[in-house]
Amino acid sequence: MTKIEAIIRTSKLDAVKDALHEIGIEGMTVLEVRGHGRQKGHTEFYRGQEYTVDLIPKTKLELVLSDQFVEKAVQAIMGAARTGKIGDGKVFLSKVDDVIRIRNEERGEGAL
Amino acid sequence: MAKAAILGLAIFLTAGVPQALFAQAGANSAAAQTADAQGQRLLLLEQRVADAKSSADNAWMLTSAALVLMMTGPGLALFYGGLVRKKNVLATMMQSFAMMAVITIVWAVLGYSLAFGPGTNFIGGFHHLFLHGVGAQPDPDYAATIPAQTFMIYQLMFAIITPALITGAFAERMKFSAMVLFMVLWSLLVYSPMAHMVWGKGGLLNASLGGRFPTLDFAGGTVVHVTSGVSALVCALYMGRRIGYPKVPMPPHSVVLSFIGACLLWVGWFGFNAGSALGSGTLATSAFVATHFGAAAAVIGWCAAEWWRNGKPSALGAISGAVAGLVAITPAAGFVGPMPALAIGLVAGVFCYFMVAKAKARFGYDDTLDAFGVHGAGGTIGALLTGVFASSAINPIFKDSRGAVSPSGMIEGNLHQLVNQFVGVLIAWALAIVGTLVILKIVDVVVGLRVTEDQEIQGLDLSQHGEEGYYWEVSA
Repeated sequence: MTKIEAIIRTSKLDAVKDALHEIGIEGMTVLEVRGHGRQKGHTEFYRGQEYTVDLIPKTKLELVLSDQFVEKAVQAIMGAARTGKIGDGKVFLSKVDDVIRIRNEERGEGAL
Repeated sequence: MAKAAILGLAIFLTAGVPQALFAQAGANSAAAQTADAQGQRLLLLEQRVADAKSSADNAWMLTSAALVLMMTGPGLALFYGGLVRKKNVLATMMQSFAMMAVITIVWAVLGYSLAFGPGTNFIGGFHHLFLHGVGAQPDPDYAATIPAQTFMIYQLMFAIITPALITGAFAERMKFSAMVLFMVLWSLLVYSPMAHMVWGKGGLLNASLGGRFPTLDFAGGTVVHVTSGVSALVCALYMGRRIGYPKVPMPPHSVVLSFIGACLLWVGWFGFNAGSALGSGTLATSAFVATHFGAAAAVIGWCAAEWWRNGKPSALGAISGAVAGLVAITPAAGFVGPMPALAIGLVAGVFCYFMVAKAKARFGYDDTLDAFGVHGAGGTIGALLTGVFASSAINPIFKDSRGAVSPSGMIEGNLHQLVNQFVGVLIAWALAIVGTLVILKIVDVVVGLRVTEDQEIQGLDLSQHGEEGYYWEVSA
């Protein structure tokens, strides 16, 4: 099992969700996050005071999938989230040891 | 009645008492002098009575003017601000607020003169340029008991809220600069002519100052709501949809803000409608009552329709219904009694629900905050129903050649009034469509209407104003 953590542009969330639905992936967790990699922030002014905002609002998706779906899911996310400009985000993959469904204590891939 | 009693008392005091005292003297010259003094005191008393009425009317009209300003800010600003996504909240509120400043200047320089100055059947002239001749003296054609300046500032508040209503149609995608330019032109080329036609001296549709098609519009069903609502539809069609609409869900970011805004609108509307009596007499009471009843019935109407179609009556539905009812009762407020007001509200609530929930989806235009579905549709149906329910017992506006009161609306037997209302609505639609299209074209060429795609995605708060409604801070 693999966990996909994808940090994407907030405006691309719906496109990414649709792309995942299309390949049959329904479950996911979505978080509102702030941060930056290479993308520069912007300045805001309040009564003449300048503020630099470098932590940019982004959206993070978390999915845990059976390994056979992972590559398809990553392709779907990248296809839908890419604009080609700095700030498109990143996808992180990591191994997951076990999954437990709280309702019935089912374990492993069956609980996904 | 009260006036007669005061006069009687005055005559007793000025005539009766001295006559009793000096009856014994019987000097002719003294009697003549007394009569003279009596006349003087009577004149003085009449002046005082007139001043008292003027003070009372002026107090209510200044209060009403402030109430109508409150409808734009914070009323409409909150109502619209809550309905957009949070990245556009400030920009949306700013569009309403900007009208409070920009239209004030426009009105002072030229707008008032074009709307209420003497001119042609269609538009006023330049007589009141820079508010020339608009001072403490009343303008008896409009309101004989309040200073012309009170009338001017009261009408300004209408001129402010009308363009602010349009901003709902192009929310979340119009450039701020384009919006300001559009509104300045719109105020001069659409609002002022329409106000002149309906309310101005010699206006084509004026019901009390001899218009050719006397249209009953007490507080601005055609002038305010039809013009703004129809212009909103034209804007929505011309500018196109927001990116992602209707596929991407864009629900209101805070119905709570909208709720507060709608409640402020309801209260402010008493100034809008009851204030349109231009005095503090019984007509103001009648309009106040009709306004409230219309709003209440429309809440019921909208909620009932929504409950039936969606299974639940929503808070957003309830407040939208109130606004729809207030819109529809606006032209009728000073012409109908409480029961017709309930009927008008109920019809408007159901009708506007279907315009917003069904017609918009059917035709696919992105009237973001339903400026057309509520103000265009509600204003139109309200203006037509005014022709049905208007009562000469409430407001004896029409007189025949001998000066006797003649029937007002269709139910009283004046079938022709429905035709006049139709003409009024038709002219408002036509002026709004043509005027708005021309202005949009001009603004599009001069500064461009829409923000760029990146700016739209980023949100107008940041891209147009460089600030955020809800600043995110990490520290505690």
